[in-house]
Amino acid sequence: MAEFALPANSKPKGGQAHPATGSGSNTKTFKVYRWNPDDEANPSVDTYQVDLDECGPMVLDALIKIKNETDSTLTFRRSCREGVCGSCAMNIDGTNTLACTKYISDVEDEVKVYPLPHMPVVKDLVPDLTHVYAQYTSIEPWLKSASTAPERERLQSPEEREKLDGLWECILCFCCSTSCPSYWWNGDRYLGPAILLQAYRWIADSRDEDTGSRLDNLEDPFRLYRCHTIMNCTRTCPKSLNPAKAIAEIKKLMVERRG
Amino acid sequence: MSLRSPIGRVRGLGSAKEGVSHWWSQRMSAVALVPLTLWFVASVTSHIGADHAAMTAWIGSPMTAGLFILLIAATFYHAYLGLQVVIEDYIHSESLKIVSLVLIKGACFVLALIGILSVLTLLFEG
Repeated sequence: MAEFALPANSKPKGGQAHPATGSGSNTKTFKVYRWNPDDEANPSVDTYQVDLDECGPMVLDALIKIKNETDSTLTFRRSCREGVCGSCAMNIDGTNTLACTKYISDVEDEVKVYPLPHMPVVKDLVPDLTHVYAQYTSIEPWLKSASTAPERERLQSPEEREKLDGLWECILCFCCSTSCPSYWWNGDRYLGPAILLQAYRWIADSRDEDTGSRLDNLEDPFRLYRCHTIMNCTRTCPKSLNPAKAIAEIKKLMVERRG
Repeated sequence: MSLRSPIGRVRGLGSAKEGVSHWWSQRMSAVALVPLTLWFVASVTSHIGADHAAMTAWIGSPMTAGLFILLIAATFYHAYLGLQVVIEDYIHSESLKIVSLVLIKGACFVLALIGILSVLTLLFEG
């Protein structure tokens, strides 16, 4: 059956409290999920007080400040700090988003920070992305063409290029896939919104000549049709993209090619 | 434990190359149910207070009986398609899944048959 509760060894228990560094009166409470694979203990939720007068405006700024000044064992991924790399995707205040583009001031009460839901955790806020990356490989995300390579660029009309808008911007942060209940229950076989949006990015590309076999590869009760239009993907996307629409377009093409 | 590579696991048994018929049938039966259900609700409410003879005469007319049979068929077909998806979503034990699917399909078929035969009884004997 689908799992509706966490296994006993995954339930968060207790946690340490860390006061703010400095003497600021303008502090914010951060509740951060912690799990260390080495100590065989259950996960915990640690509490950190952060002096906002001495901190940048984003949740990632607070996490970096905590790691630098309070607790160097806190583990998370981050790189570009401007919403183009997708490394710092996590669940903040109950919604999957990028820590680097999420304002601390947008969270009213204490800031709850958890890893992306329903993914194996490597440590603290770092999810194991092996499986989603393998799923990404499975849709063969590169241009496939049978015709001889041209001397210069492969040409596209402005209208054809426009069809890629809303698709190429995806940074593969997997906020959408990990917000999707259908992906939680059947992620072993369902490709999930992020991968299906990427698949559609190549299906919609006028320069690609492999559309038919791309659709063949997706036509499956689990790979594609586990999407039940729940729309969590579109609601949570930190880049304001619409994976649900991309999936709907694939389903339309599946019907269209039948006659 | 498995030492199979991640991409090997994802490719698995390959795509089933089906699913579009199921998806399309579910949409089409839903579309068919919109006018049929509206007709059903409107005509049943318009017969409030009618006696047994009036009801059997109404259902026993070819027009009503035909629409009733379509309504019953579309309802149970749509119900089966929907329940099948729910079972595939939530039941991950292969044996339990197959048993549930057979039971659900059987139940929908039997209920639809009982409904249609009842209408035919009223049509031919009412």
